[in-house]
Amino acid sequence: MSTLLFVLFLPLGTAVFNRLFGARIGKTATAFVACASVVGAFAFAALSFYDLSDRVPLARHVVTPVYTFMTLGLFKAGFDLLLDPLSAVMICVVTGIGSLIHVYSAAYMEEEDAGEYARYFAYLNFFIFSMLTLVLAANFMVLFTGWELVGVSSYLLIGFFRGKDSAADAGKKAFIVNRVGDLGFLLAIFIIMSVFGTLDFAAVLGHADKLGAGTALATATALLLFMGAMGKSAQGPLHVWLPDAMEGPTPVSALIHAATMVTAGVFMVARCHAIFELSPTAMQVVAWTGGLTALFAATIALVQNDIKRVMAYSTLSQLGYMVMAVGLGAYTAGFFHLFTHAFFKALLFLGCGSVMHALHGELDMTKMGGLRRKLPVTHATFLVGAACLAGVPLTSGFFSKDEILLMALQGPHASLALWAIGYLTAACTAFYVGRLVFKTFYGETRLDHHHYEHAHESAWPMTLPLVILAAGSLLVGLLGLPRFATEWQPFEEWLAPVFSDLKPFAGGEAPPALVLWLMGLYTATVAFFGWLTWSWFARRNPLPDAVAKAMQPVHQLLWNKYYVDRFYDAVFVRGLLGYSRWAWRWVDQGLIDGAVNAAGWLAESAGDFLRNRVQNGSTRQYAAFLIAGVCLLLGLVLACKGALCCH
Amino acid sequence: MFGIGFVLSLALSIFALGAFGVAVRRDPLVMFICIEMMFNAANLALVGLSRYLGLVQGHALVFIVVAVAAAEVAVGLGIIIAIFRTEKDVNVDHLSELRG
Repeated sequence: MSTLLFVLFLPLGTAVFNRLFGARIGKTATAFVACASVVGAFAFAALSFYDLSDRVPLARHVVTPVYTFMTLGLFKAGFDLLLDPLSAVMICVVTGIGSLIHVYSAAYMEEEDAGEYARYFAYLNFFIFSMLTLVLAANFMVLFTGWELVGVSSYLLIGFFRGKDSAADAGKKAFIVNRVGDLGFLLAIFIIMSVFGTLDFAAVLGHADKLGAGTALATATALLLFMGAMGKSAQGPLHVWLPDAMEGPTPVSALIHAATMVTAGVFMVARCHAIFELSPTAMQVVAWTGGLTALFAATIALVQNDIKRVMAYSTLSQLGYMVMAVGLGAYTAGFFHLFTHAFFKALLFLGCGSVMHALHGELDMTKMGGLRRKLPVTHATFLVGAACLAGVPLTSGFFSKDEILLMALQGPHASLALWAIGYLTAACTAFYVGRLVFKTFYGETRLDHHHYEHAHESAWPMTLPLVILAAGSLLVGLLGLPRFATEWQPFEEWLAPVFSDLKPFAGGEAPPALVLWLMGLYTATVAFFGWLTWSWFARRNPLPDAVAKAMQPVHQLLWNKYYVDRFYDAVFVRGLLGYSRWAWRWVDQGLIDGAVNAAGWLAESAGDFLRNRVQNGSTRQYAAFLIAGVCLLLGLVLACKGALCCH
Repeated sequence: MFGIGFVLSLALSIFALGAFGVAVRRDPLVMFICIEMMFNAANLALVGLSRYLGLVQGHALVFIVVAVAAAEVAVGLGIIIAIFRTEKDVNVDHLSELRG
């Protein structure tokens, strides 16, 4: 399918073009080139999607070899692209939401000078290319290549404001923490290579049982793969980079650190589900990591004041849901949540960006309030996104989250404990979303008069993507309505060929009564927290502060993000620094420099010795050496001759 | 008459005496004489071996050695006189300006 090549290489071409010539052609032209290429890529992606849907479901698996890197005997390392329902959805999401965010960025980054503006768009286009490489990979090598390329583009974009130390540090942190996960991923690839002798998805995943069901090898492979996913999708102990990644420009947070790149881990687990299914242990680890991350991040988001930081922890939490879903064997549900989340989280981040833009970079929600009159479009669209995130009935987030929670009760790897964690997370989500919305947009303004008067709605390139994403967030939920309500399940049917190797779940469909009862419970929870946050935060109310004071230790714990960053700083960062300092003082300066200096000193003193003691100008001594040398040679010759004679 | 063993022993003794003299004496003139002794010890060995083996090459070589030794003495004495003129001293232990 040659359309795929256009999808992939249009953004790469414009990335190179903008990096080389962008500073010279002016901002308008730069933005136009960058946006046009991504919109074009989206058109081609849609075309590929359409081509694929024309095939019979089981033939929806098209491999396009682009280039062969090398052939070693039977092993072939090729740049092969795979278009199947999973990657088709992903390329449409990446290029579709990518286009909207490019358009938004054109206005958002207006204040940068032409050179920086071009650099920004070059990086953003390069990210689109990298992400497409990742999702279109037809073998582990290309997958890993894309995996690393998105890591690089993420690093470049987080550290985009390179004058700021915090941005540079955040970029480094993201890159280094991801390295930890990538180590596991790479080891898993080595295992796969040594067991299967090939890295092609078709050959590996189609015959995954070569690893042996339930064996330690299968568990190790799955867990090492998951380690990579944990890094990229910011799960469990490797989550620390994502909140800091908000140092990048807000559209970058929306595109990379909410909608697309961070879902790569979920995508990878879904792609490699054949390996994960071999090991129930690995599945449990995945599910629990996801569930605990979801709850852990949601509780932190309860108390943060920085709106982007709340969104970052919310992203962690929602990624936790997705990971939990794939760990529960509910791949379609997890992927559906990935899909809906891409819309509403991109929307929410862009909304944050719009607020920031209006308030000249202000991010602290305690200083906002009353913005709904000043930013009507941002407010309306933000409300839609927040409703989806909180899971207000009939929005996309409601359907996708409910599906995951239902699978926790009634799925192939059901677990009541995980359902409870998921439910608690949903409750926390409703609370922090309500707090964010009401503190930012409602009540009396806490801004000073000057800022409040100057706050104004953003230009159309910023509001249009918001409106489109809001419409999308509301509508995409229709693709995955609850099963008891309708036979029409386009999302599930579309993905069915990818997961056709899975055994159908023996427990059967959940009874409609249970589903309805659960939906009632979630609705009641959301309504309760909606009311609670309204009364606490939409007007002056001393109660929240009183509660925070009453629960001081808990509040402190959450405010400091469970001290994870501090722990890492104390143990890993300081430990490494201490070790490095030791290595510098003792190994580098002591041992290595010492050895080098000793060699120099030896040569010098040997030279001194020869100069002063041997070449001392005493003719008689020279003569003595000469004679001694001759005698020695003569003796040698005679000795050798004697030795030869004897034989 | 004397056998080849005697001739070679005599040559070796003279050579060793000469070499010892070069190594221990400080007067360049005496060192020169010692060097001459070593040359002549070699000449003696050449002549003796030539006779013993019935060859003429040894005799011929002796003349070359004598000629070279004469030339060398001419140059060497010239240098010694030049040094004596500048230094007023020809003790080899005091002459070490040319060392590195």
